[in-house]
Amino acid sequence: MNGVHDMGGMHGFGPVEPEANEPVFHAPWEGRVLAIRRALGAWRKWNIDAGRHSIETLPPADYLRMSYYEKWLASAIKLALGAGLITQHELETGQRDPSVPVATPPLTADKVMPAILKGGPTHRETTARPRFEPGEAVRAQNINPKGHTRLPRYVRGRQGTIERDHGAHVFPDSNSKFEGENPQYLYTVRFAARELWGEAANPDDAVYLDLWEEYLDVA
Amino acid sequence: MAKQHDHSHDHDHDRDNHLSETVLRVKALETLLVSKGLVDPAALDAMVDAYETKIGPRNGARVVVKAWTDPAYKARLMKDATAAIAELGYSGAQGEHMVVVENTPAVHNLVVCTLCSCYPWPVLGLPPVWYKSSAYRSRAVIDPRGVLQEFGLTVPDDVAVRVWDSTAEIRYLVLPERPAGTEDMSVEALEELVTRDTMIGTAKVAAP
Repeated sequence: MNGVHDMGGMHGFGPVEPEANEPVFHAPWEGRVLAIRRALGAWRKWNIDAGRHSIETLPPADYLRMSYYEKWLASAIKLALGAGLITQHELETGQRDPSVPVATPPLTADKVMPAILKGGPTHRETTARPRFEPGEAVRAQNINPKGHTRLPRYVRGRQGTIERDHGAHVFPDSNSKFEGENPQYLYTVRFAARELWGEAANPDDAVYLDLWEEYLDVA
Repeated sequence: MAKQHDHSHDHDHDRDNHLSETVLRVKALETLLVSKGLVDPAALDAMVDAYETKIGPRNGARVVVKAWTDPAYKARLMKDATAAIAELGYSGAQGEHMVVVENTPAVHNLVVCTLCSCYPWPVLGLPPVWYKSSAYRSRAVIDPRGVLQEFGLTVPDDVAVRVWDSTAEIRYLVLPERPAGTEDMSVEALEELVTRDTMIGTAKVAAP
């Protein structure tokens, strides 16, 4: 979707403001939100791509106003409601529906570090041959899907060069809609800064993106 | 919390009220989820503890210094970063597929995620607020040299700037240049020099 989250190349957000000696969490609730969202993820009612899409579909003004963990909180609630893990009534009253049996959490304390160390790899074996090879010129498609996509607006229609082949990876556009993993080749594509931003850019500078085969055409 | 541009007392007061409301909402949500058996509060404690005490930029610094001091390790790291980083015990969530990009006298690398805030958690921990900010995400790709200036880093025109926009599940770690005059330093002392920002690309490793 052409959302406000797709902000590469935008102006007007002011300078970057690093914070000296920044803590991991600025308040305990931030850590709780991170942990709640990941613990709910252990129910496997959604995937990482659907999770990202739930943040992208926050109202644009809210997206820009909210902090990272405020967005995670809103997303956790949205995902849990959507998956039927909780109901709107339970959320509003803070009381569980007594007619629903108490569940057993899939993620217990002893499983936290193993789950972190395992993660969720997205590489998949495939018998398909890669369509492109390193060094080949490609053009990012000029597409405007309404759903989740990882093809940012600032490279659509632009020409680049295949830098590296990462094998087949889960395709977020379909996975986010629970329409299957549709694994396909993922490539690092190099775009010259001048191709993206014009002649004012340094001729040697470049931006590299990881793009799925379906996003690319032969240049 | 992101630094606010408006430091007026009224504004801060509103922000505090808003924050206490958020604190209450999070508490209420956790209580509900625990009562329904959906989450285990001890698992939440363990998750917070993992990212506060176990998983952070010291991990990445160990990778960098090993690459500086062990040429065979560096070769493995550049060929298959995921496997080489796992040799040191770091793997998993938000670092399932790692790539290391090397700074040289001719190339400076910078990592961003314009679409969300993807970041190599196993080696750097959770991202700082500025990395997740709209300012960084919007400008790192169009004006990397200007962004680096805001970090106090001027990259000469004859050094190429390569920006890595983390649009898939590949996560990037910058291998910074080892400064001159560090030949006799211990591994531990070298690790102290390698800051988080040097592995994102917004700083160079300072000579001791």
